[in-house]
Amino acid sequence: MAFVAIADRDHEHALHDPQSFIRKYIWSQDHKVIAVQYALVAISIGLVALTMSVLMRLQLGFPDTFNIIAPQEYYQYITMHGMIMVIYLLTALFLGGFGNYLIPLMLGARDMVFPYLNMLSFWFYLLAVLVLVAGFFVPGGPTGAGWTLYPPQAVLPGTPGATWGIICMLASLAIFIVAFTMGGLNYVTTVLQARCRGMTFMRMPLSVWGIFMASILGLLAFPALFVSAIMMALDSLIGTSFFMPAVASMGEKTVHTGGSPLLFQHLFWFFGHPEVYIVALPAFGIVSDLLSTHARRNIFGYRMMVWAILAIGCLSFVVWAHHMYVSGMNPYFGFFFATTTLIIAVPTAIKVYNWVLTIWRGDVHLTVPMLFAIGFIFTFINGGLTGLFLGNVTVDVPLSGTYFVVAHFHMVMGVSPILVVFGAIYHWYPKITGRMFDEALGKFHFWMTFLGAYAIFLPMHYMGILGVPRRYYGYSDAIQFIPPSVHEANEWISISAMIVAATQLVFLYNLIHSYFKGPVADPNPWRATTLEWQTPQTPPKHGNWGKDLPEVHRWAYDYSVPGAPEDFIPQNVPHSDKTPVGREHGVPT
Amino acid sequence: MSHEPATLEPGFRGVTADWSADKQAFPVPWGKAMMWIFLLSDTFIFSCFLTSYMNVRMSTTDPWPNTAEVFALTVAGHHIPLLLIAIMTMVLITSSGTMAMAVNFGYRRDRKRTAQLMFATAALGLCFVGMQAFEWTKLIVDEGVRPWGNPMGAAQFGSSFFMITGFHGMHVTGGVIYLSVVAWRVLSGFYDRKGTYETVEVAGLYWHFVDLVWVFIFAFFYLW
Ligand code: HEM
Ligand SMILES: [Cu+2]
Repeated sequence: MAFVAIADRDHEHALHDPQSFIRKYIWSQDHKVIAVQYALVAISIGLVALTMSVLMRLQLGFPDTFNIIAPQEYYQYITMHGMIMVIYLLTALFLGGFGNYLIPLMLGARDMVFPYLNMLSFWFYLLAVLVLVAGFFVPGGPTGAGWTLYPPQAVLPGTPGATWGIICMLASLAIFIVAFTMGGLNYVTTVLQARCRGMTFMRMPLSVWGIFMASILGLLAFPALFVSAIMMALDSLIGTSFFMPAVASMGEKTVHTGGSPLLFQHLFWFFGHPEVYIVALPAFGIVSDLLSTHARRNIFGYRMMVWAILAIGCLSFVVWAHHMYVSGMNPYFGFFFATTTLIIAVPTAIKVYNWVLTIWRGDVHLTVPMLFAIGFIFTFINGGLTGLFLGNVTVDVPLSGTYFVVAHFHMVMGVSPILVVFGAIYHWYPKITGRMFDEALGKFHFWMTFLGAYAIFLPMHYMGILGVPRRYYGYSDAIQFIPPSVHEANEWISISAMIVAATQLVFLYNLIHSYFKGPVADPNPWRATTLEWQTPQTPPKHGNWGKDLPEVHRWAYDYSVPGAPEDFIPQNVPHSDKTPVGREHGVPT
Repeated sequence: MSHEPATLEPGFRGVTADWSADKQAFPVPWGKAMMWIFLLSDTFIFSCFLTSYMNVRMSTTDPWPNTAEVFALTVAGHHIPLLLIAIMTMVLITSSGTMAMAVNFGYRRDRKRTAQLMFATAALGLCFVGMQAFEWTKLIVDEGVRPWGNPMGAAQFGSSFFMITGFHGMHVTGGVIYLSVVAWRVLSGFYDRKGTYETVEVAGLYWHFVDLVWVFIFAFFYLW
């Protein structure tokens, strides 16, 4: 008996609605509820990381004034801030949040293929966050090893949190990886196996492509972090020497002998670089859809965009050691990894050109999501260009360890994906909640955040070129090469950071207030083509599609097709005299 | 699946046809597709373990103990290197055979035989774990090997050994439980009611993978 695809089955899979509150909203297997759960937890823990960054900025901008952070605690702040932002906020929000919400809806499926596993994924994620938070309360506090957790210092006394804190961090990461694996397997299998009729790969919206590729990267990259977490935990707990060389600490020889700290760096970055793309690829995909929808233009070079996502995904596994130019590894490696790094810039640049060409001469509606999407293009180009500097060994050597690096990665994987997160939340908010947000507040939020991000991170490029080192608690006047302008820049940055942080309260207010008081939203307020906007109910009910699954007849980008009655043709509208074929794969109309 | 779907074209054209089709990329059940992807991810875990082991083995300054010596048994006065490991490997490979037979009987919906062979596979797996426990005990008690050091040489020997075989042993143990549950369900007619024995095949995939990993551990850890 051949296996019958879901779209060809009868209604055996139509799900029945759970009734009780708990089954519906807490212990829920519905991908939409799980998505919101993921998003709420991610945003909550993200607020912790944001608060920490403000406190750090208070210290850096106004040393000796506030004294909220003690010097040794500063490391704990950067570590927790960085790790939370990268893993527990962005990764969880893009894949657990948007991945869960969008994949089944955009592909015309009723749910993920294994909803129970999907639900477990969320609960494990919550557990990971709780263990992470527990790190704040254990003796010695959270680890201060930096978000890269490099040994030997990560487990040596003298580093804050070297006994309990680091174990909480490693345990939390391991649990997170288990949670991600359960979710990621679902996302990948759903994309591969549970699309509706007519939904071919080359008709999938780019959001799904980005999330799909990012999930694959996650499944192949997180193993390296998982393994290094186990080995570091063993080094720390029972005194093995995987990563720990023979070192003296506090005047005494430690129990360790003969391990390889460099091995950790390789494993960490074998995970760490793909991780950048785990965060970036969903952002790439989503921003493509936002630009196309709000500019009423088909995405420029759809096929190229897909191939670029695949190429970036593959290449991201062979560039990792560009983070290790100053680690003391074999210098020939530097040559190899600089080359691959420059190669990966090619598909990335193609994507940027295509985004610009998509909105070029489009019928651009400057809605809130569109503003964020355009803002992303700016910050991403900025971060991408500084990446070219850091990708070259000779340029990187003097710049690594300075604020130039801080500026670069905040632009490229901090600000840029966060802008997309905001844009995406605004874009899908009407579908998720059934209410409309406040446009004016949204625009205010955009301008403050976008300009604020530049106010914060642009001066850091300048500081970095002057050689101001990163991960420093303060810069006393005894450090002679640091001119007074740096101190002024630090004050400016800190004030900007506080304003930006305060603006996020406006965003939260907008989300919460509109949920209760906002006007009821149109089912398809942006007049978008993709399937999630064509659901019978808004917000979509359990099972998404009512009795019959949708059927797809065209790609996701039929905007402004000449001869069509409206300026968009949804994917589930068949070809007919009234609705032309559209521009699928460059077919002219 | 006992019969291939009628639409399947052979060769490269078939692959492109599948990938450019709607609905699904592979004509297989979801559980099977997901197991394949999981195993790919798990492959990366074991690869990381094994490369790390090779790395520390090369970076450590102390001499590496001679595995042929350490893992030798003296039976009836004869000193036989790697004897236990050879038997363990045989047991595990045999279990792959019984598993393959179970899957085959599953295709034919032979409830009894399928269940019997799966229980046999699980029993062989249990046997493997038992021998591993014996090996660990011998190493710890008789030879004084600890994860953090040993009298024969580099500390990383014990660390890698316990970590990698331990992680693999956990996979085998998990597999034994998994197989037993599935076998029990086969016996109770659960899959007859469901109308498909695909879970047997999925469990088989996992089991073959665990065996395959062992072959690599055997080659890289014991033979090198
Ligand atoms: C208002 C927004 C933000 C502010 C004001 C901010 C501020 C900071 C500060 C002051 C540091 C420490 C720099 C040092 O002393 O070396 C830092 C480090 C870091 N931040 Fe942010 N940050 C923000 C948003 C983000 C976001 C969205 C991400 C997400 C990727 C992120 C990721 C990191 C990472 C990975 C580090 C490095 C930690 C380390 O050195 O181990 N930050 N940030
Ligand atoms: Cu990188």
